[in-house]
Amino acid sequence: MTQPPFQILGEDGSCPDSHRGLLSDDQIEKTLDAMVLNRILDRRLLMLQRQGRLGFWMTSHGEEATIFGVAASLEPEDPIFLSYRELGCLLWREIPLPLIFNQLIGNSRDLCLGRQMPIHYCYREWSIPSVSSPVGTQLPHAAGFGYAARLRGTGRVALAFCGEGTASEGDFHTALNFAGVFSSSSIFVIRNNGYAISTPESVQTAAESLAVRAEGYGIAGYQVDGNDLLAVVNVMREARARAAAGEGPTLIEAMTYRMGAHSTADDPSAYRTEEEEAAWNRLDPYERLKRHARWRGLWDEEAEAAAQAGWEERVVATLAECERHPPPRVETLFEGVLETVSPQLEAQRDAYLADLRRSSTTDIEVP
Amino acid sequence: MAETGTLNMIQALNDALDQYMERDEDAVILGEDVGHFGGVFRVTNGLQEKYGSERVFDTPLAEAGIVGMAIGMGLAGLRPIVEIQFADFIFPAFDQIVNELAKYRYRSGGQYAPRVLIRTPYGGGIRGGHYHSQSPEVYFAHTPGLRVVVPSGPYEAKGLLLGALECADPVIFLEPKRIYRAARGEIPLDYYTLPLERARVVRKGEDITLVAWGAMLHTCQEAAALAEGEGYDVELIDLQSLAPYDLRSLVRSVERTGRMVVVHEAPMTCGFGAELVAAVQAAAFDCLKAPLQRVTGFDTPFPYTLEDHYLPSAERITRELARTIEY
Ligand SMILES: Cc1ncc(C[n+]2csc(CCOP(=O)(O)OP(=O)(O)O)c2C)c(N)n1
Repeated sequence: MTQPPFQILGEDGSCPDSHRGLLSDDQIEKTLDAMVLNRILDRRLLMLQRQGRLGFWMTSHGEEATIFGVAASLEPEDPIFLSYRELGCLLWREIPLPLIFNQLIGNSRDLCLGRQMPIHYCYREWSIPSVSSPVGTQLPHAAGFGYAARLRGTGRVALAFCGEGTASEGDFHTALNFAGVFSSSSIFVIRNNGYAISTPESVQTAAESLAVRAEGYGIAGYQVDGNDLLAVVNVMREARARAAAGEGPTLIEAMTYRMGAHSTADDPSAYRTEEEEAAWNRLDPYERLKRHARWRGLWDEEAEAAAQAGWEERVVATLAECERHPPPRVETLFEGVLETVSPQLEAQRDAYLADLRRSSTTDIEVP
Repeated sequence: MAETGTLNMIQALNDALDQYMERDEDAVILGEDVGHFGGVFRVTNGLQEKYGSERVFDTPLAEAGIVGMAIGMGLAGLRPIVEIQFADFIFPAFDQIVNELAKYRYRSGGQYAPRVLIRTPYGGGIRGGHYHSQSPEVYFAHTPGLRVVVPSGPYEAKGLLLGALECADPVIFLEPKRIYRAARGEIPLDYYTLPLERARVVRKGEDITLVAWGAMLHTCQEAAALAEGEGYDVELIDLQSLAPYDLRSLVRSVERTGRMVVVHEAPMTCGFGAELVAAVQAAAFDCLKAPLQRVTGFDTPFPYTLEDHYLPSAERITRELARTIEY
C-alpha cells in the first residue's frame, strides 16, 4: 500500500460532485459547531487542570475530523468503545455537558460516582461503554459486541478506537483475529496521530502502514486522511454497511496528528520539533472543513463567531455549576463491587465509618 | 569518608542504573518511553545518550512483548532491565512473568535462569484512580520463583536496586511513585548494594511492632509519632523485601512487643498482611498480648475522588495501634 491515504477534500475546500452528498449542509454545520465546542473544551479544561481545579486532561486537538467523521457515520445505538481521546463522540451524541463535567470532576452527580479518573466516561444511554486506562482492552470487547449484534440481528455495529501505539498490544491482534474469524459486525479505527506519548510511530511497526494488517486477518482495511472529514465518513459508511450486512469487520487507519501534548503530564517539546508541528498545523481539520463549508456557502464568519461566543458562555456557566456539587458520599466507596456487599467488605466499611463518626478532625458528612 | 549527595528517589534510581550499566556491558534497558525521553517519571533520563540506543531503547507499546523479549535476551546472556510504565499496566505481561520468567530456572533443572529485572512504579496517593494507583505486590509474592523488592527512600532505592541487579534471580522491583520526588536524602554517590531479604528497623520501640513498606512506611512514621504523643512506644519495621521476606526480624521484634500491626495499600483480603500475620502468630504465639492486626486498603477497586478514605492514613493507623495496645 504505497499510495497516499484516501482523500476527498481539495486544498481549496472543494470536493467532487460524487462525494458532496456524503454529508448534508446541516450535518456539516452541526460538525463545525461541535468542533468549536470541542476546541473550547480542550482549551478550558487544560486551563482548569493548570489551576488545580481538574485532576487531568487529554486534548484531541488536531484529530477532530477522524473522531467526528466516525461519530457522524454511526447510528445512535451503535456502541463506541472509546480509547480516551474521543470527547468529540460524546459531543456528537449530544450527551449533556453537565454529565461530562460531573465525570471529569468526579463529584456526587457523576453517573460513575467519582470512581474513575477524568476522561473515563461511561454513558449507557448513549451507547458509550466504560473507558479504562489499560490501552487496547476495549478492542476485543468490540469484537464480542459486534458478534452478538450479528447473532441477534440487532443491526448494531460496534466501533472501537485506539491509537497507533495501542495497535502494538496483543489485545489488538486478538480483537481483529476474532472479529475476522467470527465475522463480527465491528469496525476498528486506529487514530494514527504519530506518537504514543514520546514514542514515534516508527517504533511501533516495521511495516509501511497499519492498514496492511487487515489482509493478514482476512478483513477489509483502509488507510484514510484522518484530517479530511469527508474521506473518513466515506470509508466509515462503507465499513458500516458491510458490518451491518453481516459481511464482517473493517480496520481503518486514519492518518492524523496529536497537536497537543499526550496529556497534562507531558511536554512534547522534549521529543518533537516545532517544524513538524507547524507542518501538521497547516492541515488543521477544523480549518479544512471550514474551507469546505465556505465552498458550499455555509458557516460564514458570523456563524462561527456566534457559535464560539455561545459555547464559551455555556461552558463557563455549566462548569461553575458542576464545580459546586459535593464529592460522592463516603459510603459509595463500598458499594457496587459485587451486586451485594461481601461480609469482609461490610466489616471493613462498618469499622471505618464508625471511626470516622467518632473522629473529631473530619468535616466529611458521614451517613 | 565517601562522597555523598542529596538525591530524591528518581535520581537515586537513575544513579543506580547508570552505575550498573557502566559495570555490566550485558545490561540493557527497555520499555515504553525509556529511551530519548528518559521515562515518563524520568528514571532513565540521560541513559540512552550515554549508553546508546542499542542498550537503552523504546519498545512498541506491548508489555507482554517487553517481558517476553527480555526473557529471550536473558536466555542469550544479556541482563535486561525492564521498565513497565505503571504497575497497573503489568498485567498484559502477567503470563510471561508468572508462567515463564518465574519458572524458567525450576523447569529447566537450572540449565537456564534468565536474569530479568522488572522495575515499575506502583501505589496510590497521586489521584490516579483505578489504573494508576494499584499495589499488585501480592500477585508476584504469591508466585514462587520471583523476588519482590520495595524501597522506601533514596538510600534504599539505590542500594536495593543494585543488590537486585547483582542477584541471579528474576526481580519485581516496585517503586512507590507517590514519594518518587518527596523522599529525598543524603546518600553515598559511590556504588553500594543493600542485602535483599533483610527487613530494616526504622525506629526502636517496646509496645508494638508496626510493619510497612514503600510509601506506607512514611505514613507509618507519622503514625508512630502521633502514637508517641499518646504515650505509646512503637517499633517500626520496613520490610523492604516481600519475597522472600525476613520473618526472623519480625518475630524477634514481636517477641519483645507482643503486638503487631501490618499496613499496606492493597486490599485487605489475601493481602500481604495476611501472610505476615499468619507466619508471625505461628512463630511467636507464646509472646502475643493482642490479636495481630492489619490496616489496609479496602476490598474495592482503587477509587478516584475518595482515595484519601481508601488509603490508610496516619490517624487510622494510630487508632489501630492504640486499640491493639489497649486490647
Ligand atoms: C497497557 C498499558 N500500557 C501503558 C499505558 C500507558 N500509556 C497511556 S497512553 C499511552 C500511549 C498510547 O499511545 P497511542 O495508542 O498511540 O494513543 P494516543 O495517546 O496517541 O492517542 C501509554 C503508553 C497504558 N495506559 N496501558
